[in-house]
Amino acid sequence: MTNTTLSRRQFVVTTVAAGGAFALGVGVASSPAEAALLRDSPWNDDSMNKPGEINAWVVIQPDDTVIIRYGRAEMGQGSFTAMPQILAEELECDWEKVRPEYASANRNLRDNKVYGTLATGGSRAIREQGVLVQQAGASARERLIAAAAKRWNVATTECEAAMSKVTHKMSGRTFRFGELAVEAAAIKLDKEPALKRPDQYKFIGRRLARLDVPLKINGAAKYGIDLEVPDMVRAAIIKSPVFGGTVKSVDESGIKSRRGGVQVVKLPNAVAVVADRYYRAQAALNALKIEWEVGANGTTNSTQFRKMYLDALNEKGAEARHDGNVDTAFAGAAKTIEATYDVPIIAHAPMEPLNAIAHVQGDRVDVWVGTQNADAALTVAAQNSGVKPENVYIHNTFSGGGFGRRLGPDEVGQAVAISKIVGKPVKLLWTREEEIRQGRYRTQAAIKFKAGFAADGTATALEMRNSAGSGNPAAAQNGIDQQTLQGLINTAYKLPNFRIISILKQTHVPLGPWRAPGHSQNVFFVESFVDEMAYAVKKDPIAFRRELLAHRPDFQQVIDLLVEKSDWGKPMPKGKGRGVAVHESYDSIVGMVAEVTVAGGQVKVDRVVIVADVGTVVNPRGVENQLEGGMIYGLSAALFGEITVKDGRVEQGNFDTYPVVRFKDAPKTEVYISPTPGKRWGGIGEPGATMIQPAVTNAIFAATGRRLRSLPVRGQDLSGSV
Amino acid sequence: MANIIVNGTRHQIDVEPETPLLWVLREEIGLTGTKFGCGIAQCGACTVHVDGQAIRSCSVTVRTVENKQITTIEGLSRDSSHPVQQAWLAEQVPQCGYCQSGQIMATVAFLKATPNPTDAQIDANLTNICRCGTYERLRRAVHRAAALMRT
Repeated sequence: MTNTTLSRRQFVVTTVAAGGAFALGVGVASSPAEAALLRDSPWNDDSMNKPGEINAWVVIQPDDTVIIRYGRAEMGQGSFTAMPQILAEELECDWEKVRPEYASANRNLRDNKVYGTLATGGSRAIREQGVLVQQAGASARERLIAAAAKRWNVATTECEAAMSKVTHKMSGRTFRFGELAVEAAAIKLDKEPALKRPDQYKFIGRRLARLDVPLKINGAAKYGIDLEVPDMVRAAIIKSPVFGGTVKSVDESGIKSRRGGVQVVKLPNAVAVVADRYYRAQAALNALKIEWEVGANGTTNSTQFRKMYLDALNEKGAEARHDGNVDTAFAGAAKTIEATYDVPIIAHAPMEPLNAIAHVQGDRVDVWVGTQNADAALTVAAQNSGVKPENVYIHNTFSGGGFGRRLGPDEVGQAVAISKIVGKPVKLLWTREEEIRQGRYRTQAAIKFKAGFAADGTATALEMRNSAGSGNPAAAQNGIDQQTLQGLINTAYKLPNFRIISILKQTHVPLGPWRAPGHSQNVFFVESFVDEMAYAVKKDPIAFRRELLAHRPDFQQVIDLLVEKSDWGKPMPKGKGRGVAVHESYDSIVGMVAEVTVAGGQVKVDRVVIVADVGTVVNPRGVENQLEGGMIYGLSAALFGEITVKDGRVEQGNFDTYPVVRFKDAPKTEVYISPTPGKRWGGIGEPGATMIQPAVTNAIFAATGRRLRSLPVRGQDLSGSV
Repeated sequence: MANIIVNGTRHQIDVEPETPLLWVLREEIGLTGTKFGCGIAQCGACTVHVDGQAIRSCSVTVRTVENKQITTIEGLSRDSSHPVQQAWLAEQVPQCGYCQSGQIMATVAFLKATPNPTDAQIDANLTNICRCGTYERLRRAVHRAAALMRT
């Protein structure tokens, strides 16, 4: 399986990528029809035990097509290609024959969670399911071999599998996988085969082109928003703009005699309008006069919330970790420093606003939605319809970004409720304003640090007092929600005396996981303060970090490469600076150096160098993609990200008031992988979003001497700086 | 009634004249490659060409584009062979892919006006939003497309 497994499609693409523009002029590009066995909609038909289904993950059809089930959702992170790539390594199939499809949530429910969780989050597709999928591929291969050996009446050891064929080595006879699949499905192995060692990988580690890309350059890929089902009506919605509010009254006089079968649907906390066209539904909704019952929440605002989180830092709180004794250490320290940081709430703003089609009919519910969490979508649809979960079918589509927002299926619950009322399939679409104002936001948070040093500048003690909101306060134990402490409690830095205090505070604002939850704000906090610690004892920020990471050779290796590639230590002109951040999350170590220019009070991030140790790399291109993209996602938060609340409701509504990074803000980016194959499978969807935030503010400090202890950068006064 | 020409085909559509072009394309004609992202011409996911110019179809009424030549992503090429699409494929630009129809349409119009762009010109003229953060690849793909179109 060397060059032959590089299909013509892969070969064309990789040749072009390596050879430069001229090659493409010569090579005829593959057409999408040829390139993608992938259909424009990835869900499957929810059936079990199809002919040729060797196990829940692999179906081989008579024409040799290999259907590989994918136990996650593709929202841009690329694991819809990477997971099949892992399985194909063991299966020894022809990559050209592989057609991935989503695993069925309904089957997952009925078939004893055969796919584990389908929730896509925590950068854990490969970390959690990689080995499972390898085993599924290896098992299928051995059973195909056993089926062939049985037909030939030879020992399985005389046969081998490659390129979707089983060959009897001595005679050269072959069977195609498609000829063997039905028999293979009936074979039981005495024991599951051993997996390949990393040094035996031929397919894992390749820069394969993504299978979904051909569908995403011509408008062919179907997202939830693109689907239609027969007799469907379209719905627009507004939920109480003050979280927790309810509908008090709706004045429909403004929409009399409108075209399109306009109908107002009242939910307890939201008002929807259905019509034959979305535009008509939305226009009618805009013309309604709605009064909301908002209660005391309607008088709250972000200034109060910020004061609450900052004041809370003086409370006793709950001790989440204590190594050594920080009080004794501070008492004996030659020098101590303190600083307080905080961040506002931020929204996810995926490109595709939330939407879902629901059809409630009798004892069956169908939902078409691009969700990160098909299991949860199924549960919510069952709850909101009253139909048994076994009779709920989630047809999960491509989604236009998730970043955590599509984990809590609010849109599914609404669409199901509306469909139940109107008795038809309903396609519900949120406006961008609804998406920004009805988020499950990253928590507002504050932290107070204190560090102690010995006379020689060695750091001896560190205390962090953190106040934040929990996305799931009911699950907090003893005043501690582990997620709010991610990136603090598991910091790789080692100090003999170390304490973390957790103080949980809730407002009425709904909170949820934002890409790299916990880490996202906490890495900004820690990596900023560690920078302060370095400067306090007049040490180079990287040299100082190396001291605190002396016990971690893997980190040192990442830092070595980071120093080399980022030109760390080379002088920079006035007004420019470099900032560093390193962190371990999701079993990956990532370091970043950002270069900024500060001029006339404006910050421009010029260049970002990223080094990552993710253990075994399945697809280097995927790793690079996620690190680049994650970095940009975090950069939006660093530079611009701020949701404010006034009179209990979110003030921002669209990209004019909630700006995000565009071309002009996007730095030149370089990604380098520090390879450690075989050590572990590291996650890569989220780590990139965290380090960039402190790397930028640390660079601003290097350029200007101004330490930013709040985000976003926008709106902070840098005008007087150098 | 609105008379519009989309990808070379004339359509007579019974809609209110103030309907945004985006929703006519998506819901009346069934061309869903053009996406809804913001509704206020901020993000560019809905970019199409009207007489060769890139416009944001969420903020243009169907009345104003009657009898003009409208091109959507589906009409750019029959087989994804347009050099900009080929550059996108070669650079493996899309992640979630939702903004990419708009990115491609914006780039096609941009390269017509600026066949040999610098990074600074790209940054100043391409304003479409990508939340997956594919800008590094987008820039490379724009340069690659420009090179392809010169040959």
